[in-house]
Amino acid sequence: MQIFDLAAADHAFIAEVQARSHQDIKTCYQCGNCTAGCPYTFAYDYSVSQIMRLIQTGQKDAVLKSRSIWLCGSCQSCTTRCPNNIDVALIMDVCRHMAREAGYATERAVKVFADSFLNSVSRYGRAFELGLMTEYMARSGRIFTDVDLAPSALMRNKLPFKPHRIQGRDQVARIFERFRKGGAHA
Amino acid sequence: MHNIAYYPGCSGQGTSTEYDRSTRAICQALDIALTDVEDWSCCGSSPAHTVNHVLSAALSARNLAQVEAMGMTRVATPCPSCLSNLRTATHKMKDPDFQSKANALLDTPYRNTVDVQSVLQVLAEHVDPEYIKSKVVNPLTGIKIACYYGCIMNRPPALMQFDHHENPMAMDNLMAAIGAEVVPFPLKVECCGASFGIPRGDIVHKLSGKLLDAGRRLGADCFVTACPLCQMNLDLRQGQINDALHENFKIPIFYYTQLLGYALGLDRAELGFEKLCVDPRRALGKIKQPAQTR
Repeated sequence: MQIFDLAAADHAFIAEVQARSHQDIKTCYQCGNCTAGCPYTFAYDYSVSQIMRLIQTGQKDAVLKSRSIWLCGSCQSCTTRCPNNIDVALIMDVCRHMAREAGYATERAVKVFADSFLNSVSRYGRAFELGLMTEYMARSGRIFTDVDLAPSALMRNKLPFKPHRIQGRDQVARIFERFRKGGAHA
Repeated sequence: MHNIAYYPGCSGQGTSTEYDRSTRAICQALDIALTDVEDWSCCGSSPAHTVNHVLSAALSARNLAQVEAMGMTRVATPCPSCLSNLRTATHKMKDPDFQSKANALLDTPYRNTVDVQSVLQVLAEHVDPEYIKSKVVNPLTGIKIACYYGCIMNRPPALMQFDHHENPMAMDNLMAAIGAEVVPFPLKVECCGASFGIPRGDIVHKLSGKLLDAGRRLGADCFVTACPLCQMNLDLRQGQINDALHENFKIPIFYYTQLLGYALGLDRAELGFEKLCVDPRRALGKIKQPAQTR
């Protein structure tokens, strides 16, 4: 059993999650409906209702270092079924944003995949599947990821060898540039 | 005649070209004129919203601003992930503070005048089912179908504003209208594992395996889906799922547009059955040939 010190609650953390998600964390009364519908619980270290409780009790480190916040698939089951209309999936997203900003990535492959995807978009304006796979494999060190699927996908022309470069790719690159400079939160 | 801007989405240029082509073909056959969003860019998909919501909204809003520049007010996309991102951007940008943050990242600000729908919603809400029935030349009599909507086509309901969030029926009704037998599939909106296929394949194997198992128990000859990622997880990864779970699934996973196009008698070259990894011939063979009356 894991024991958390409720007296050591990080109130600034609670306030930040609330401000960035625009959700009222204290209205969660731990009914567990989110967890009951969550398809990812089997892969989580803390169930989604436990994450909610950890936020309520200001356990910043436990939340931001959890695997769960990286493994949420944003399937919206929790948000759809919360009896108190809390956008739980949005809160999971916000925790992942905060974990990134704090330099944590307990599911590193998930982070590297997202980064590789966005680099591809930033470069060409659209996602280039073969390119982002190559970057992902290089950066994650998982060079055999899905090689078993390659013949099947290539035979059916499902993986173009060249990216689609759009005319306005500079406009898209500037979105990323301005974002990196401004560090916009919301 | 409906005239709607069309946002194909990146997967339509690669892993789901058959969805894009068959979508265009059925819309043409049903008098829905689609005009591609000029020089469209990626909506950011899941990776963007998991990094930052302003970034995600800006990537989506660039495309919505393109629709405004075309003088149009409605855009449709076949992809639920694009749909979810475009609708989320529209919704969040109703807040002036958020809107100014997102627009600050863009060359051309988005004025938030565009309505975003899925192509499925356009078909379900703007095309008379009797009209579709009147166009059927190959009724799907004899085939049993499980309709799988995926997790975000209808959820969360306040954002998506389409069909039912626990038991959507748009595809079921469409498939029944063209003569198929639709099984009552209880996992219609359960998640397939989404974009974890590459970084955490084990998760997709388990979640998609559960869907295939439920379909098989119901005696479905095939699935139809409306999502490129669901289709890829269930079809391209079906061999991996079989290896991981010691199973022997051989369930073809169609896009609903492919079977609709088949029923409408459209050119097979536009439907792309050869793109499917699990051989669909046995399932298609269940369809009874119409009795020759002439």
